[in-house]
Amino acid sequence: MVDEETLDGNAIGGLLMEVFGTEMTTAVATCGSCGAARQVAELPVYMPGLGTVARCRSCQSVLMVFTQVHRVTCVDLMGLASLG
Amino acid sequence: MAGTAVRGRLSWQTATVGPVTDETPRVRTLRLEVPDWPGHQAGQHVDIRLTADDGYQAERAYSIASAPGEPLAITVERLDDGEVSPYLTEEARTGDQLEVRGPIGGYFVWEPGSGSGGPLLLAAGGSGVVPLRAIVRERSRAGSSVPVRLLYSSRSWEDVIYSSEFGLPPGGVEVVYTLTRSQPRMWQGYARRVDDAMLAEVAWPASERPLAYVCGPTSFVESVAAGLVKLGYPAGRVKTERFGATGS
Amino acid sequence: MHVSRGFHGRRRPEVDPARVPPGQYVTSDFPVLSAGPTPHTPLSKWTFSIDGGREPVSWTWDEFRALPTETLTTDIHCVTRWSKLDTMWEGVSLDVLLGMVDYDARYVLAFSDGGYTTNLPVADLLGGKAWVAFGYGGSPLGAEHGGPARLLVPHLYFWKSAKWVRGLRLRDTDEPGFWENYGYNMYGDPWREQRYAGD
Repeated sequence: MVDEETLDGNAIGGLLMEVFGTEMTTAVATCGSCGAARQVAELPVYMPGLGTVARCRSCQSVLMVFTQVHRVTCVDLMGLASLG
Repeated sequence: MAGTAVRGRLSWQTATVGPVTDETPRVRTLRLEVPDWPGHQAGQHVDIRLTADDGYQAERAYSIASAPGEPLAITVERLDDGEVSPYLTEEARTGDQLEVRGPIGGYFVWEPGSGSGGPLLLAAGGSGVVPLRAIVRERSRAGSSVPVRLLYSSRSWEDVIYSSEFGLPPGGVEVVYTLTRSQPRMWQGYARRVDDAMLAEVAWPASERPLAYVCGPTSFVESVAAGLVKLGYPAGRVKTERFGATGS
Repeated sequence: MHVSRGFHGRRRPEVDPARVPPGQYVTSDFPVLSAGPTPHTPLSKWTFSIDGGREPVSWTWDEFRALPTETLTTDIHCVTRWSKLDTMWEGVSLDVLLGMVDYDARYVLAFSDGGYTTNLPVADLLGGKAWVAFGYGGSPLGAEHGGPARLLVPHLYFWKSAKWVRGLRLRDTDEPGFWENYGYNMYGDPWREQRYAGD
């Protein structure tokens, strides 16, 4: 059951472009926990204001976290087995 | 902490608001003039950033309403508890400036040849119709004859965006409305939220290898995408763009 | 940065500035901000536990609701800059819960359904400063706001008030929780504007 407020990877296309320097929403994200592979555009994305969290649609593990601390963007991709 | 700190790249540009058009009581289209706009694809969006004089900033994504080659325009629906949409739909005037980043998106895009010949099913929930309208316009501009069915769910007839444009659809484009909250007298069309039965009647059969684009509030997208998969559409042929909760 | 004529953000009610920490604005909304999907643990399976003391201690929902409760009205401050004044809550004080545990640890990691964590000093949970809250505005706390129960620590930024809290892990050292790992302040005092690490 998906919450009303949940977005998807389309919503962070701009952020991803800024961080990676290229369009990333068609890149395939493979979950490091369950192995599910999906395009970034289809990942559930949460933006609670403190940061942006992209999760695995199958197991809800955290795949990517972006925060902005004093104008520096921090990126954590540890939940991914691969991205590309 | 394992991760990487990167300096944000300067990719925001200043846009000047051009002519604005009120589409419905809550929805407005704004032309945006961006020097050196690189062009865009149908289905893409832009990020808009506003800055108050105390430095407070708010940023939102809005789908591009115009086709490639047409002047850049966004169509914005005013959300009652919104922060940016009330400004864009009620306050922003021709000549005002705001910041734009884009165009953005490579997944929810259509160009002639996408879908390899199958018909297009476009499913719009409320303001989710915006990128789908860009797709329909691009299809005309490009002279494509791919068959299109647009299933457009709206609260009422007054809330239908681009109604005159869809009232005279181009050849090969069929628009099916469902009005979920109130209908005009003598309304013969659908009058309920999109459900599996409606999809079975409206969507192209899976055997025709259709390509689907579903856009709107998250609950709409989840329900329609699941319904299309149940009809036999491969998940990879159902493209989704979720707008979150829009209060509709 | 380019100022947009006429843009103010949300309308701000007039309030006593002494109640508003630096950099905050007051709202009458209660935004739903989550890092993950809303969990729906049935009450029959819900427990609150405190481990890391001499023995782990745990309460079922019925046991938890049999504990003495308090109602309170307080202001809450989110690091995303909104503050909400005079919010009404009902909950069990951490003085009661920790009072039933034999421990000497100085820090906790609060943990929630869905994997969220946040760290706090034990001292900030004691002395009438923290609750496990199950009621908001006179009604049971809604799932979207952290129900059936959330941590409530209003003197710190609201990310420390973990939604869907299921327990505390007592520790000798202060270890960063979810947001603290990504650059947010380990303590989070809104009155000293401790938003990020190093503030």
